Amino acid sequence: MCTMIVTQVNIEGSGKGANGWFTLREANVSYDHPFDAPFEHALNIDFVNEALGPGARVAVELSVEAARALVAAIGSVLERAETGGYLEQPMPTAQESRAAGD
Amino acid sequence: MYETNMYEGMLAETVAIPGFQGDLINAYFARPLGPGPFPGVVVIHHMPGWDEWYRETTRKFAHHGYAALSPNLYFRAGHGTPEDVAAKVRAAGGVSDEQVLGDLAGALHYLRALPFINGKVGVFGTCSGGRQAFLAACRVPGFDAAVDCWGGRVVMASDQLTPMQPVAPIDYTNDLACPLLGIFGEEDQNPTPDHVAQLEQELKRHSKSYEFHMYPKAGHGFFYYDRPAYRQEQAVDGWKKLFAFLEKYLRTPAS
Repeated sequence: MCTMIVTQVNIEGSGKGANGWFTLREANVSYDHPFDAPFEHALNIDFVNEALGPGARVAVELSVEAARALVAAIGSVLERAETGGYLEQPMPTAQESRAAGD
Repeated sequence: MYETNMYEGMLAETVAIPGFQGDLINAYFARPLGPGPFPGVVVIHHMPGWDEWYRETTRKFAHHGYAALSPNLYFRAGHGTPEDVAAKVRAAGGVSDEQVLGDLAGALHYLRALPFINGKVGVFGTCSGGRQAFLAACRVPGFDAAVDCWGGRVVMASDQLTPMQPVAPIDYTNDLACPLLGIFGEEDQNPTPDHVAQLEQELKRHSKSYEFHMYPKAGHGFFYYDRPAYRQEQAVDGWKKLFAFLEKYLRTPAS
């Protein structure tokens, strides 16, 4: 941990790891030494499910330029989807359904 | 110096050692065969984890006549590939200095209790392990030599301090209890040459025994032959200086 620049965000979705698809719960975003990418530091994203152990992980290691381009691309695609009325509302959790009296 | 008519053999295996608060953690242990006596070296893995390079390096020390023990500082994060475990530790902000020092003290005591140790034990680390080697040489009594290879965050700004790393290692310089070898690259971003200069100034101020080598045209991790940062000429010379340093301070049996 040479920079210690890291943040975690809770996420919903699925990731395909070495043993197939699994449910994602967290994304860990760091700017630190990559394991494989040929840079001293990289923008690393680990899509994980901590409850399933260290192996439940889908990793990407990006150059700074690639990371910025990815952020822009995600924003652009979501904006187009929203403009087109395609964005799905997240499914309510069981707790939220109960609270709503469903 | 190895010559072709010499017998050579080594034992390398995973062992369990008591670490911080008596926790049993695993460690990779490599030593020459024979009764010794051999100097010991605690080998501290880098931020990317307890990986293949570190197993090879542990065996490299054994090849050079040292009983080398590399504790898995990420043991408590669970098990998986070294990368997956290291990624989990990275997400948690690393491991605490207190825990690391406890594990390194455990490794030191494990080596010292062995009947074939010559009474001298050094500590070596690269990257985060270089920082931890310096920290251990200041905070854990009993090391006879320390090697810090490009350890970043020895110099820390106040806003970099965290509950897990509450004190900048440079602030412990007065407690450094053994000779220190530092190996650095001029193109490193962390530690920068300015960080290294600040540490050197502190070592001088406290009249500590140290030897620093700053390599031109080298950055962070220039020993790692499997990374683009590898610099052949600088790495070969760095290893040569490293073993000369350890020979000087660890090979002479304790009186």
